[in-house]
Amino acid sequence: MATKTEDYLGITDYKVIGTRPIRHDGVDKVIGRAKYGADIDMAGMLHGAVVRSPHAHARIKSIDTSKAEALAGVKAVITVEDLPLQEDKIEDLGEGAANLQHLRANVLADGKVLYHGHAVAAVAATDIHTAQEAADLIDVEYEVLQPVLTVQEAMKEDAPLLLENQTTESLGEDTGQKSNVCTHFRHELGDVERGFAEAELVIEREFDTATVHQGYIEPQNATALWSADDQITVWCSTQGAFTVREQAAQILDVPVSQVKVVPMEIGGGFGGKIRIYLEPLAAVLSKKTGRPVKMVMSRTEVLQATGPTAGSFIKCKMGVDKAGKIVAAYAYMAYESGGFPGSWAAPGAMCIFAPYNIPNVLIDGYEVLVNKPQTMAYRAPGATNAAFASETIIDELCEQLDVDPLEFRLKNSAREGTRRADGPVYPRIGNEECVKTALSSEHYATQLNGKNRGRGIASGFWFNVGLKSSAAASVNSDGTVSLVEGSTDIGGTRTSIAMQLAEVLGIRAEDVKPQVADTDSIGDTDVTGGSRTTFATGWAAYQCALDIKEQLIERAAKLWEISTDDVVFDDGTFSSSDSSKTLSFKELAGMLDETGGPVMGRATVNPSGVGGAFAVMIADIEVDTETGKVEILRVSVIQDAGKAVYPSYVEGQMQGGIAQGIGWALNEEYAYNRDGLLTNASLLDYRMPTCLDLPMIETHIVEVPNPGHPYGVRGVGEVPIVPPAAAIANAIYDAVGVRMTNLPMSPGEVLKALWSKNGENGTA
Amino acid sequence: MPGKVHVTTTINGESVEFLCEPRQTILEVLRDQLDLTGTKEGCSNGNCGACSILVDGEVIDSCLMMGVEAEGQEIITIEGVASADGLHPLQQKFLEHAALQCGICTPGFIVAAKALLDQESDPSEERIRLYLAGNLCRCTGYDKIVRAVQDAASEMAE
Repeated sequence: MATKTEDYLGITDYKVIGTRPIRHDGVDKVIGRAKYGADIDMAGMLHGAVVRSPHAHARIKSIDTSKAEALAGVKAVITVEDLPLQEDKIEDLGEGAANLQHLRANVLADGKVLYHGHAVAAVAATDIHTAQEAADLIDVEYEVLQPVLTVQEAMKEDAPLLLENQTTESLGEDTGQKSNVCTHFRHELGDVERGFAEAELVIEREFDTATVHQGYIEPQNATALWSADDQITVWCSTQGAFTVREQAAQILDVPVSQVKVVPMEIGGGFGGKIRIYLEPLAAVLSKKTGRPVKMVMSRTEVLQATGPTAGSFIKCKMGVDKAGKIVAAYAYMAYESGGFPGSWAAPGAMCIFAPYNIPNVLIDGYEVLVNKPQTMAYRAPGATNAAFASETIIDELCEQLDVDPLEFRLKNSAREGTRRADGPVYPRIGNEECVKTALSSEHYATQLNGKNRGRGIASGFWFNVGLKSSAAASVNSDGTVSLVEGSTDIGGTRTSIAMQLAEVLGIRAEDVKPQVADTDSIGDTDVTGGSRTTFATGWAAYQCALDIKEQLIERAAKLWEISTDDVVFDDGTFSSSDSSKTLSFKELAGMLDETGGPVMGRATVNPSGVGGAFAVMIADIEVDTETGKVEILRVSVIQDAGKAVYPSYVEGQMQGGIAQGIGWALNEEYAYNRDGLLTNASLLDYRMPTCLDLPMIETHIVEVPNPGHPYGVRGVGEVPIVPPAAAIANAIYDAVGVRMTNLPMSPGEVLKALWSKNGENGTA
Repeated sequence: MPGKVHVTTTINGESVEFLCEPRQTILEVLRDQLDLTGTKEGCSNGNCGACSILVDGEVIDSCLMMGVEAEGQEIITIEGVASADGLHPLQQKFLEHAALQCGICTPGFIVAAKALLDQESDPSEERIRLYLAGNLCRCTGYDKIVRAVQDAASEMAE
């Protein structure tokens, strides 16, 4: 069904949208009955384990599986030789394009291992302990190579090459130059040199941000059954069943119709559960044994071999004129790709200066191979690193100009009609409204007192995406509607989608029975990611409801022997235009058999009217100047949701994003030693925030309707993670007068900054 | 590998017998042998709390307790928190406050919070945060979880 960019209905008196029903899957999740991927059990099921590289960078000389195969209980062992060969070609796999050889070599190393924890072989056995013992018995001989661990090292001309055939694509053209730099791109707006020449004040800084992990609590898992008729079923926890189907079919070299993916409940993703890791291994082990094979990663494996998002090196420069207007901005953004190409500099570059109207901008982006796991999306991927650079420079500009940081943001705010450096011109956006809401908040009006305490402000942007969604719905005779959709539900989207259907039909959210279907049972639906699910799959549900409404109007017309033009539907009631006859939705639903049979609605959408999201954070902190520890005293997040369909869960996204951003700001980092080995692959040492580390997180939902959605919805999931690192850095400066330019701002780093300012024993 | 050990224990008020290898954790026994999959595995080394269960009223990470140690103990898992009469107030308040998103940490939080509220009827916010600091949630930022526990405590006190 066609979806236009100007579809906003302008409704203000919603009955369902904006309410707070109990989520449909809630009870199952609080009593422990909901089935997640690792909860699967099947008759005859085998358990798989993976052999992983103990080196960051090495050539595989040989793999000896004989001892493992001889162990009692072991049923199959596989290496990359058991995966079909792939062409050196790029395919769109529903998660962005990927080179098929790289996809294959990431799930099982092909000749070389490119990071500590890279999968080398896999085993299936009768129980998990035997599988793990067998994995330990596989002898792999390596020729260890020098690892490359930072983008700066990797970009040096004499740096060891990770992929021998990798050449740099620069400004859209293959340079033929062998390098760890996969891509160099540029965005240009106006004349940046002239802009800086006109500037009254220019500030330039360099920033380093650490590699971090999405940190979902549920490890990756996959169970596969390769049946004797060559039908392959995969049960797994994923953000997108259809992209798993596509990737698995490509790696296994079978048509997509031969693979059915059953999405189980998913225990968090944040961008990290889109690429596949275990699915093809479980499938091939199942083919070899004729039995279902279940594989679940340990936490160590999750940290070593999945996820992380890119660490980065960013140079950023901004200039303002006498009137306090930003006149020029430049960014050099080098992001880690990990062991294979594909990185997050591109989205970072779309976001770095996005909240501002700047006439002259130049952005150079680089995606660089390093000996770390292939980096993955993490909630507004690339944007948090970017905002850490630009938003701390803005704070410094404000300090030197002696202007209020929110007033400065208001003065320079991007608005409808502003062109972003990467091209798009904004439709109606809510950036100014967010800044104004922050300005008038009780939090901002309340003075922060006390030694070593400070307040920081930062803005953030994420563009959000649309993409494909499908929904189908059938009307039940009791007046309820069963809704089938393809978006896996990570945080209440069954309900936010169902509410949009209920709104059209004039029924309660509770009268919709939503379920997430497998890939054989619903139309293609892209990942739950890009803050798109309530926006796009919600739109599909809305279209589905319109389809149902139209069919029910026909039924009423038939019953009353009048024209469909003479049937009015309002607030759940069908009536003849002369008001002589009325039927409620429920009454008519009970009469379907006698009026022509069942009624089903269906819709597929690929909406283009995506509305970008802006957020502002106010952070109050206190620095312990003896230990360097930063305590969060009070935080507020202000965000434009367009329209908050399900406000409890919009607040939840805002709070969750802020919490992850605080972890990124203060604690989280991949600690590699000089040999490239990950030294903190546990949740004790990879330190995510606990509830003791955080205060309540105050939320202000701003609603500037997105003109590109019938209910004005923007995506809400990602943008709240963007401001925290910068807001906290700015607060630290306000508290103790040091500018932090590296993430995380761990106690040691803060202390180092304090010592370099004050001297080790001094208090200046 | 030595043979399997016969264990007699009480789980959610019912007497249960099972055979387990000495190397199996009670988490593995619960999930893989007794089909009590509501208790989740997040890290296997006691850092995330997703596998929280009550043993004689004390909250523990079941990934750190061996199956054989269950002999003679009273174990409560998430499956034993609700009763035939309905949800436990904590479960109801988690729903009302939207205190779960993906839900994988939820059983562990509810079990841990139950241990707290069984011992203390009116814990402060600070006390709740301290008590639940062994349970990681990556989705919610904890705000709604803490509020749900506070609200459940008030309701249970009535």
